[in-house]
Amino acid sequence: MNVQPILKMDGISKWFPGVQALHNVHLEVLPGEIHGLLGENGAGKSTLMKILSGVYRRDTGRVLLRDKEIEVNNPHHAQTLGITIIHQELNLMPNLTVAENVFIGREPNRFSFVQWRKLHAQTRELTDRLGIRLLPTALVRNLSVAERQMVEIARALSVKSQIIIMDEPTSALTENEVEHLFDIMRELKAQGLGVIFISHRMDEVFEICDRITVLRDGEFVGTVNAAESNPDEVIRMMVGRPVTELFGQGESHPGDVVLEVKNLSKTGTSDDPEKRVLSQISFRLRRGEIVGLAGLVGSGRTDLARCIFGVDPRDSGEIYVNGSLTTIQTPRDAIRAGMGMVPEDRKTQALFLAMSVQANTSIASLGDVAQFGLINGGRERQMVGGYVEKLNIRLANLDQPALDLSGGNQQKLVISRWLALKPQILIMDEPTRGIDVGAKAEVHALMRQLAQEGVAILMISSELPEVLAMSDRILVMHEGDMVGELTREEATPERVGAMMTGEESSLSVEGYEEAS
Amino acid sequence: MTGAGSAAPAETAAKQNRFSARAFMGRFGAFIFLVALVVFFSILKPNSFPTPLNLFNIARQASISGLVAIGMTFVILTGGIDLSVGSLLALSGIVAAAVYKGGTGLLDTTAGETSGVGVGGAILIACLVGLAGGFAQGLTITKLKIPPFIVTLGGLSAFRGLTLLVGNGGPISAFDDNYKFLGQGRIGELVPIPVIIFLGAALIAHVILRYTQYGRYVYAVGGNPEAARLSGLNTGLIILSVYMIVGLMSGFGGYMLASRLNSAEAIAGVGLELTVIASVVIGGTSLFGGEGGVFGTVIGSLLVNVLTAGLTQLNVISYVQQIIIGLVIIFAVFFDRFTKARRS
Repeated sequence: MNVQPILKMDGISKWFPGVQALHNVHLEVLPGEIHGLLGENGAGKSTLMKILSGVYRRDTGRVLLRDKEIEVNNPHHAQTLGITIIHQELNLMPNLTVAENVFIGREPNRFSFVQWRKLHAQTRELTDRLGIRLLPTALVRNLSVAERQMVEIARALSVKSQIIIMDEPTSALTENEVEHLFDIMRELKAQGLGVIFISHRMDEVFEICDRITVLRDGEFVGTVNAAESNPDEVIRMMVGRPVTELFGQGESHPGDVVLEVKNLSKTGTSDDPEKRVLSQISFRLRRGEIVGLAGLVGSGRTDLARCIFGVDPRDSGEIYVNGSLTTIQTPRDAIRAGMGMVPEDRKTQALFLAMSVQANTSIASLGDVAQFGLINGGRERQMVGGYVEKLNIRLANLDQPALDLSGGNQQKLVISRWLALKPQILIMDEPTRGIDVGAKAEVHALMRQLAQEGVAILMISSELPEVLAMSDRILVMHEGDMVGELTREEATPERVGAMMTGEESSLSVEGYEEAS
Repeated sequence: MTGAGSAAPAETAAKQNRFSARAFMGRFGAFIFLVALVVFFSILKPNSFPTPLNLFNIARQASISGLVAIGMTFVILTGGIDLSVGSLLALSGIVAAAVYKGGTGLLDTTAGETSGVGVGGAILIACLVGLAGGFAQGLTITKLKIPPFIVTLGGLSAFRGLTLLVGNGGPISAFDDNYKFLGQGRIGELVPIPVIIFLGAALIAHVILRYTQYGRYVYAVGGNPEAARLSGLNTGLIILSVYMIVGLMSGFGGYMLASRLNSAEAIAGVGLELTVIASVVIGGTSLFGGEGGVFGTVIGSLLVNVLTAGLTQLNVISYVQQIIIGLVIIFAVFFDRFTKARRS
């Protein structure tokens, strides 16, 4: 190919305290190309895009825009250079109109008075160019997610972008909307722009992309031509590494069923009251086993965990603990039934950042160290100290605020809170997200130890290698459905990956489907 | 590997030291400022300001708003706010006075008669009125999920209206000595009883917040409500309770004020919420919740009153005093943020 690339990122590395997020990564986008950027969560896609859009500064490497080396200082600077990123969470002002959003800050004006007619004409010109039917005067608040995306794309065009980055734009769209979006992307392509498309959906990537670049663990794996490759190859590039050494194999001896979920359903999110979040989910969890729950972000895995633990209400479904039907409407009920949950985001959902390590660990089990409501400080310290030691939480002293600990130690702190309650069932949502390799290994070892001690663990993870290595059984969810259950022996990266993306389904979940 | 391992703790220790110097200022800054103010006024008014009587009078001045501020500390620790305290204080004071003076004859304001409920009964009634007001507001906040600012802004108006209705627009005045004892009495002819009650209440509140399960939960709910819920705390009940506590303190404060002034005024406590919130905030409790304590609130209450009294004794007119108090509040929050600034 001897077309001059619009964008070339060459040898990009980026360190964060304690981790190397990117290591010598390359990316090249040609004019009129839709370029897929793939990788598991944590592979470095977002970091790379944040470097391109000026959120982070790179540590090494070069970024060339039309053969000219550039420094992107901040997101605003990126935009003036012609690099626009369209985030999953759209950046629009809901109470303004389409036209106002497209031209925000750059409205055609005379003596500071907006020239409405001109504004609307210019907006219409842009939407026509994209083949979008949107009224310039419509309020963004009343638009669907797909339409809002189109407003963002129109805005990107209006600032004369050369590169448009789309971060999982299809995750919230219906099939028809996706097709429409692809038409628009093809239009952008025809106009000579470069589009970087981030998606987890293999079929979409192969439908729309010209070339695909794969990252894994912050490393560049390769760039392939879509026409000469296939989903299997790309999935292998994304996950294919020997994972067993990293995680270590444990043997487990699953015992009696401690948790049984029957026909759990939930409809409606805060954005969309009609959305089917979970449909008729059934599964069992046994003493001493680790069950991995795999699925893409938005597949309902976290919703399932939250419904079981009583954080979110469910529409229907029964939960049995140790064989008896249990009412769980609040986390309090779940805790009483012997459950614990390490939530997805430790900072917003688990930690009291300003409070001491001691208070963070003991908050759910103060009853054990208090008499008549009065906390016995000595007993509390003793209990917390024991868990700090057991989990090898590194800290200066127990009175240190949780904020001061590193990510890995914070995560262990959250786990210690649940261990102090001696749960029978522990739900762990992304137990190793955002923590370094060492702490990760420690958390994994701890999970194995807990399973040995008889705790039943339901682990949600976006990292396929983690799911494959840690789980005795794997449940796979796709768009609110439980699409498969695999034993450790049956599970290969390709099969789980295919199930997660909805390409394969094995409805063999212990025969509930026939029964219901 | 080993090198990095040994370097890290040293670095952490250095951070720790720098941090604790700031933490010291954060914790004792208000106290240091209070002492500095007392010294400042003592130098300017050496004959009248630093006398025991004057200082105790200032403390007495601080004690009723201080009682309410203790309750407000609980509320603000959960990340809430109560604007209705002044009105609830007036309502409690006037209802207690009315009942004390003659049961159904609510509008009868002549001195001397009593209905037989006694002072203890009057105090109980004032406290119950406060508790009920707090309960109603707390329930509205937790069950109907209306922000505390709005609910208590409504309470600010509604309770005041109710007070005017009960008192028929005027005060209920002139009580017997028993009624006046708690508000006006002094121990050893010097230490005012309200001051002792204030400090006693602060001590109890301190113990509750620092050493009980309930206190820990108050901090947790304010620090991270979502995490508190996921940790199995009954966050609704905890939030409800703090509004009842501030209600109780307002109710008791209502009796104390009537007792001290020998009059339950319908316009008592107008603007009290500002003094009270200022005391709590100057004392270092974060309006976002989860950080602070009663110790700071006591200092904050004293500081506001020392400032007011000192400026008055320097003949600074009250308009200027208001400006100064306003600036002090803003400075206190700025200072608080400065001392809590941590690595991002």
